[in-house]
Amino acid sequence: MERTAVRRRLNWQLARVVEVVAETSRTKSIALDATDWPGHLAGQHVDVRLTAEDGYQAQRSYSIASAPGDEHLVLTVERLDEGEVSPYLTEELRPGDELELRGPIGGYFVWRESLGGPILLVGGGSGVVPLRAMLRHHRAIASEVPARLVYSARTRDDLLYRGELGDYETTITLTRERPEHWDGRTGRVDHDLLAETAWPPGERPLVYVCGPTGFVEAVAEALVALGHDANRIRTERFGPT
Amino acid sequence: MIELDGNAIAGDLLEVFGVDLTEATTVCAACGTSSFMAEAVVYMGGPGRVARCRSCGDVHIVLVTIRGITCVDMRGIARLQMTGMA
Repeated sequence: MERTAVRRRLNWQLARVVEVVAETSRTKSIALDATDWPGHLAGQHVDVRLTAEDGYQAQRSYSIASAPGDEHLVLTVERLDEGEVSPYLTEELRPGDELELRGPIGGYFVWRESLGGPILLVGGGSGVVPLRAMLRHHRAIASEVPARLVYSARTRDDLLYRGELGDYETTITLTRERPEHWDGRTGRVDHDLLAETAWPPGERPLVYVCGPTGFVEAVAEALVALGHDANRIRTERFGPT
Repeated sequence: MIELDGNAIAGDLLEVFGVDLTEATTVCAACGTSSFMAEAVVYMGGPGRVARCRSCGDVHIVLVTIRGITCVDMRGIARLQMTGMA
């Protein structure tokens, strides 16, 4: 009896590393050339799979840092010393190497212009990565939807995408240092900072919050306490990779 | 144990079901809370991936991949509705 072929709609594919750029001492942006890439939406992620010589496999999800219209698919990866995947991606990977990935994945933490706005993007640490894809896309399509970014990093040296943050309406806060000649904010993204920087609840902003679990919970709770509609807040949490 | 959210198992679910489920609405079989799949509490790092209700902590989904085949146990979800926010 003839078997009906099962259509696998999400396949692993090989992408070739085009360029590896250091964003900070611990973080690299990896530009990839994926031949069969179907295109993505701003905010989506990919799964990356590494296979050891003995067949052991480790798989992690990474947000896409590039806008849909960018030339290459870019992942920004932070090295976590105890991680199984990120040390390889940030220290070993070289242009010309191949990387196994599948995607794009996700429809919830995604920004499309048709969703309207204003939009408020709140990122903690490398949680800024998918938000950067949204902002690049926003700029590329010359969107008139008002957009603001609130970005929390430990120190000034930990800031990602320093060269382009000035292109957007951005509030930066540092949680672990107060450098000289720093005209940004310091301290955590809390009730007071959000009261000052977020769109008023009456404007019903669409909010995207991405960061470590504790950061996301604290920001989402503060926004709801300020009167924002919980149904307008989309979240993505990440952990050690 | 790494604590993430439903976005982290979106790839596995997409591979099995062929559609993105992060925007699907789930109703917890234990407490009746309705939420987006993306909001589930997901634990990685054991032999499988476990998604739990963010309200009551009950198990919603267990995903186990053996020799390339992913098995999905969704008995903790009373109802799954494909309604997005968009």
